[in-house]
Amino acid sequence: MKNKILPFGVIIIFGIIFFIFYKGLEESKIYTPDLNAKKELPVFNTKEFFSGKNIKSSSIFDLDKIYLLNIWSSWCVPCRQEHPILMNLNLENNINIIGMNYKDKLKNAENFLKELGNPYKKIFIDLDGTIAIEWGAYGVPESFLIYNNKIIKKYIGPLNQELVDEIKLLIK
Amino acid sequence: MKLIKFILIFIILFPLSSINAEDNDKRNKITKNLRCLICQGQSVYDSDSEFANSLKIVVDKKLEEGLSEDQIYEYFKTKYGEWILYDPGLNKNTYILWLLPILIFLIGGAIIYKSFIVKN
Repeated sequence: MKNKILPFGVIIIFGIIFFIFYKGLEESKIYTPDLNAKKELPVFNTKEFFSGKNIKSSSIFDLDKIYLLNIWSSWCVPCRQEHPILMNLNLENNINIIGMNYKDKLKNAENFLKELGNPYKKIFIDLDGTIAIEWGAYGVPESFLIYNNKIIKKYIGPLNQELVDEIKLLIK
Repeated sequence: MKLIKFILIFIILFPLSSINAEDNDKRNKITKNLRCLICQGQSVYDSDSEFANSLKIVVDKKLEEGLSEDQIYEYFKTKYGEWILYDPGLNKNTYILWLLPILIFLIGGAIIYKSFIVKN
């Protein structure tokens, strides 16, 4: 009796282990932070893009308005791809798109906007990437939907038409 | 001549030795315990990605502001979630991770105790 249970048990245990590891293969190993966590806006000091004036974060975002903060850079290829979608979204009149220029050269960034158009109501700069960390971002492009000084939703990577439709639905 | 050489060596070596050492140690220790989100599997200390470089600057800034190591971890945890720490705390998501080794140790101990000591 004991001789029969042992091989049977071993097969079952190996079966379970195989199943767990096999399931694990399908799962994505890439971690992304919680996209729907509602957070307060971070407080920081920065510079305005065109004038170079020092500004405080509190003067950028007003209550009762919907903002989309978009982190972009002239050297970032997906940003180029995303740009027409932002231009399009800017036609909606109840959303204000704010740009955060990430680790960029002013000259290149200006050329980028000249070439592709400027969808941003305001742009501020983040020279060393520390402001992006205050926002909990880790790459470009990233977008944050903001209402009443709270982050409502976060989009990692370039926006596409599907996500824009979702944003339009959310802001209505 | 010998004296000049000696003084020169002293001047070159002295500033490198001690002044920033403690701060750097702390910064290295913290960045080694933070995961890089761009090159996942590498620590921020090892990584040279844009994100990791910015993160190092932020750690320096926070240390300058006088934050303790735990406060800095807490800061990054609120920004990016528990995952960013290599050394996660004990909570409802990680209790298996913390308790499993102890449990296995106890079960193993019980088996050894039963099969060797009780039999004898």
